[in-house]
Amino acid sequence: MKTKKQLLKNPTFQTVLASVLCIVLGLFIGFVVLLLINPAGAGTAIKTILLNWMTRGTTAARLKTLGNTIVKTAPLLLCALSVQFCYKVGLFNIGAAGQYVAGAGMCLYAALAWKLPWFVCILLAMAAGAFLGMISGALKAYQNVNEVISGIMLNWITLYTVNIILGGSSLTKDPASPYTVDLAASNPKGVIPSLGLEKLFSNNRFVTIAIPLAILIAVLVWVILNKTKFGYELRATGYNKEAARYAGMKEKKNIILTLMIGGALAAAGAAFFFLTGYEKWSTTQTSVPGMGFNGIAATFLGGLHPIGTIFSSYFIQHITDGGALIDKSIYPSQISDLISAIIIYLCAFVLFFKTTLTIRLARQEERTIERELEIKAEKGGDNE
Amino acid sequence: MDTPYAIEMLNITKRFPGIVANDNITLQLKKGEIHALLGENGAGKSTLMSVLFGLYQAEEGIIKKDGKEVKINNPNDANDLGIGMVHQHFKLVQCFTVLENIILGVENTKNGILQTDEARKKILELSEHYGLKVDPDAKIQDITVGMQQRTEILKMLYRDNEILIFDEPTAVLTPQEIDELMQIMKNLAKEGKSILFISHKLNEIMEVADSVTVLRRGKGIGTVQVKDTTQEELSRMMVGRDVQLVVDKEPSHPKDTILKVRNMTVASKVHKNNAVKNVSFDVREGEIVCIAGIDGNGQTELVYGLTGLEPVVSGSIELCGKDITNASIRERAKEMSHIPEDRQKHGLVLDYPLDYNIVLQRYYEPEFTTSAGFLKQKEIRSYAEKLIEQYDVRSGQGPITIARSMSGGNQQKAIIAREIDKDPKLLVAVQPTRGLDVGAIEYIHRQLIHQRDEGRAVLLVSLELEEVMNVSDRILVMYEGEIVGELDPKQTTREELGLYMAGAKRDDRKEGMDA
Repeated sequence: MKTKKQLLKNPTFQTVLASVLCIVLGLFIGFVVLLLINPAGAGTAIKTILLNWMTRGTTAARLKTLGNTIVKTAPLLLCALSVQFCYKVGLFNIGAAGQYVAGAGMCLYAALAWKLPWFVCILLAMAAGAFLGMISGALKAYQNVNEVISGIMLNWITLYTVNIILGGSSLTKDPASPYTVDLAASNPKGVIPSLGLEKLFSNNRFVTIAIPLAILIAVLVWVILNKTKFGYELRATGYNKEAARYAGMKEKKNIILTLMIGGALAAAGAAFFFLTGYEKWSTTQTSVPGMGFNGIAATFLGGLHPIGTIFSSYFIQHITDGGALIDKSIYPSQISDLISAIIIYLCAFVLFFKTTLTIRLARQEERTIERELEIKAEKGGDNE
Repeated sequence: MDTPYAIEMLNITKRFPGIVANDNITLQLKKGEIHALLGENGAGKSTLMSVLFGLYQAEEGIIKKDGKEVKINNPNDANDLGIGMVHQHFKLVQCFTVLENIILGVENTKNGILQTDEARKKILELSEHYGLKVDPDAKIQDITVGMQQRTEILKMLYRDNEILIFDEPTAVLTPQEIDELMQIMKNLAKEGKSILFISHKLNEIMEVADSVTVLRRGKGIGTVQVKDTTQEELSRMMVGRDVQLVVDKEPSHPKDTILKVRNMTVASKVHKNNAVKNVSFDVREGEIVCIAGIDGNGQTELVYGLTGLEPVVSGSIELCGKDITNASIRERAKEMSHIPEDRQKHGLVLDYPLDYNIVLQRYYEPEFTTSAGFLKQKEIRSYAEKLIEQYDVRSGQGPITIARSMSGGNQQKAIIAREIDKDPKLLVAVQPTRGLDVGAIEYIHRQLIHQRDEGRAVLLVSLELEEVMNVSDRILVMYEGEIVGELDPKQTTREELGLYMAGAKRDDRKEGMDA
């Protein structure tokens, strides 16, 4: 009984429990939706979503598909970390989507037009993302403009700006299509090196050191938030701005800095993706890429923990890619998005459950102690 | 069946997960009497009243009205039974008139048009009959707190309520208004109304109540007749041990001036005008200076100006001989500790564990942060453990307890430990005992006096008259943003203090006494 309580109190256990619970519930509801659309194919479809690369015929094909999923996990993870970093400081960085676009635009322009090496392109992309974050942050800190509103506006401004810039030069845009030119052909130095990682995934050349770098950044984010003075200040500002001010912290500076870091993270995510050459930028796209928004989902599913987010990012990319493999003649391709949406929706609820559980357990404990002390005082307190 | 009781709550038990809020409590209110309900915070008074009001359902026990058992499932049932309540925080619509507030919910309409003539007549009659002076056409936002309270009382009378509950009604009033309220309550009882008076102020209970029921930690300790008891006995019943109502203290021996405020003006966030106008005063080593006044007369802004939470419009502040008028909060914090008015808004990061909260003002010092910017978790933990031990801060899991889950008293103790252990030259304590029980209040008063005796300067801002009179060495009264009087607690009376607080009396203080 006691060990069960101890386990329940363990925050890591609570988070994992919460996340697993909402995944199971989300998949179940998703399954029900599949049943409603077409009962005959539902079983196969949910299996395809869950298995993704495992449904491939050969080991080589499996590894290659897994590689693709992982390539797309890296940007998602960084967008999730961007949202998370800001969320810990009480800011909802929906602008991550735009910062991602800025990062994509900047790194592609630097690589294609200026022929710069990959690491310089990443740094420039991060600077571009940080610049966007700074705009939202300054507006928030000095004029109390809601960062969600300014973030959404900036998402669109950034999208069209990037389209114009990348589409306006023959160095960057392929004249025959709306896409940017091939990175590997135009500037081989601009491609993130793989250092042999591609061999693990049956020569999937898009698997690069971007992936271990992304994981390293996740660990770094965790260390900064939890182990440093800087993180202590940022989180204090996030939990209670007034108390942070009372303690002499510079809450305005912290808000701007946080959104700048968030912007740099999301933009780095874009660079980690576009500098592999896996995808080209379409200069005619009229919707903000979903990566930044999916980051919101991944961060909540990961229990707002950087390490948990590594797994949740993979999971979301896994079912998204799995969803792309299901029979399109029966189900619409959005079905995997729908299922992840349901999971996220449930996450909010399960997080609430976790908080309630923690508070309740702590209150019980305090009362027990108070009561013990009272009993002690009654026994021997008369001579006080 | 004839019974002397208007309302009886018999053997009420109400449990919440992990706690018994009301444990077999019996409360019998006689017709036409004033019955006080006494207990510390968390003793179960509010729960008991919520049961009476139908907000909670008791697991055990019955409620009787005029000897007949009744079921109260929701506040409407309570209203139908003639039970009315003046809440501690008034439930009035600010932009409505007194009359509109009184008839709210029981309006008369004709073809959808509001009919107020009859209501006005009834209100004026009631107001005259019970001596409840109000202006029916004044808007709530424009009238005094006392008049707002009279509006609340009229609301109950207008609904022909027979059982009137007053929840801590004197907390917001001046001494003169308190006297007036006491008289009103006596009149109401004389007219046959039965009154439940919830309070933890013993002198008021002694003055106005006929009998008193004492609760402690969810249990009914007993019911006594006021004429057969003493304040000491009541406090013993309430706390469970002897409590020193007045903390002993030696006369003060003030030395050098620590804080020198000259012509300070601070703007108000809420209103457009200046909340603190041209205020000058000194605080010296080894004295407790108390800023007294009714809530909202600029005390909050005065403290904000001193601590740097709000910029000063004009004037100067000197701390230990250094001009800090435009200094940052952190610079000021080197010599100044601040026990904030709102412990949850300013004092604590509620979602941080206790140890992180204990270093909130010192986390950046080399003792707790390495030169590379990493927190020294072990040092933070052991420092917190030391303070927890030393100041008897009780919590579920010690230093790793999340502050939000702690009780108000222990949250306050943690803040006090943190601020005192910083070893400041000046301690600014704003309503440090607000919402705490008698035991904790005694503890905090002792700490303040101890700090004074250690040679620190203490600036205490308080709304509690008892606290002002008992703890301070010098009283400065604030009224509408100005210091209108300086009093010696040993020579003044509550009444005189009240006149200053209400703005009826003021001295021409020389601004900048010794400058």
